[in-house]
Amino acid sequence: MSPKLSNAQIAWRAAQDIADGAYVNLGIGFPEMVAKFQPPGRQAIFHTENGILNFGEAPPAGDEDWDLINAGKKAVTLKPGAAFFHHADSFAMVRGGHLDVAILGAYQVAETGDLANWSTGPKGVPAVGGAMDLVHGAKRVAVITDHVTKEGAPKLLERCTLPLTGVGCVTRVYTSLAVIDIEDGRFVLREKLAALTFEALQAQTGARLHLTGPVADLTVPEL
Amino acid sequence: MDKTIATLAEAVSTVADGATVMIGGFGGSGAPIELIHALIDRYRATGHPTGLTVVNNNAGNGHVGLAALIEAGMVRKLICSFPRSADPVVFTERYLAGKIELELVPQGTLAERIRAGGAGIPAFYTPTGYGTELAKGKRIEEFDGRPYVQERWLKADVALVKAECADTMGNLTYRAASRNFGPLMCMAAAETIVQARKIVDPGAIDPETVVTPGIFVQKVVAVPDPQQEETLNRAGAVH
Repeated sequence: MSPKLSNAQIAWRAAQDIADGAYVNLGIGFPEMVAKFQPPGRQAIFHTENGILNFGEAPPAGDEDWDLINAGKKAVTLKPGAAFFHHADSFAMVRGGHLDVAILGAYQVAETGDLANWSTGPKGVPAVGGAMDLVHGAKRVAVITDHVTKEGAPKLLERCTLPLTGVGCVTRVYTSLAVIDIEDGRFVLREKLAALTFEALQAQTGARLHLTGPVADLTVPEL
Repeated sequence: MDKTIATLAEAVSTVADGATVMIGGFGGSGAPIELIHALIDRYRATGHPTGLTVVNNNAGNGHVGLAALIEAGMVRKLICSFPRSADPVVFTERYLAGKIELELVPQGTLAERIRAGGAGIPAFYTPTGYGTELAKGKRIEEFDGRPYVQERWLKADVALVKAECADTMGNLTYRAASRNFGPLMCMAAAETIVQARKIVDPGAIDPETVVTPGIFVQKVVAVPDPQQEETLNRAGAVH
């Protein structure tokens, strides 16, 4: 078994790049974990599509207020300075370029910045939610994901094969093996696990990895 | 001018067969459970209304509220962004059996289409969905070098909305994050029917705090202790 980061460690790494005071939307599911790993002294303001800025953690079981939920329909709490707003204002924040960062999960990411994260094909009931809106407008659209699928197939590709969520929208990918920027239609490697050779990483990536400068070690704490 | 209606049954008595009905709420937050159940009760007693097109963010959860409306067989078509939930069995079975039509709309586009409907804007351009299968057949235009998708307004015959406090003139406040689609739907429907925990005299709501001005509201009915979809589902309720 080759080394790789856990989901918590991927989320931790992504959290290190969120500035104090940043307005951030975390996709439902795995990306929500990023909120737990904000560096000490920094406080981001989290946005949820259903109309809250500056919500906090889940309340203790039994204390839920079901009018106070996040996009994943989970009960949340408010931090001082929170605000409520309706859905059109909420998505004005999204598409209008007011969010600093959106962090989303992915089935596939292409070197062009295309993202596929909403549908695995025509079977079953299709559901898109706010994913197609969120990939447009945030100043940075980052993806957190395992580097490969459960079957070992690359998730970073020249072109996505699954239905697209958005075109040319992803700017950075945090994976279980590396941190990769998308620049000018190319994957540019910034960090990788020290135990992993460039060749081994390239072999698990479905598009060419480019180097434009030194590659740092991807180091995260045990979590 | 008093927009107060005495009973839930009377409030929903005008909803016609084939109507487009916007229903407020995001999941259970803001879902007007009592208005929906009154509509179902009327259908069970009279066979009307049926063949409805429903606009909501979701497709119901469990066997109460919107899910119960679908389960009763009153909904022909659903326009929503996310027809999944903790217990989506009612919609899923009907959809996979071809018994209900689905128009899937990205959430922000859904909100803006409703807002546009209420604001008299027939179409607008958004970056959302460009290059995806949800933009197929839609007009694309470039602005400042970027491609955008044309989307059309969405209007309704009726909106069912849950508010916290209404005055008798229809001015509304909402509770916590339950407003979500409510203020937009109030604007976009020919007849907006509101259930409010409290109905007060004109002047009792500070004009500074009114979220939905009464011009967008036609009927208000008091529901002093509204049920929460999540709580009903945890108790295994079925309507």
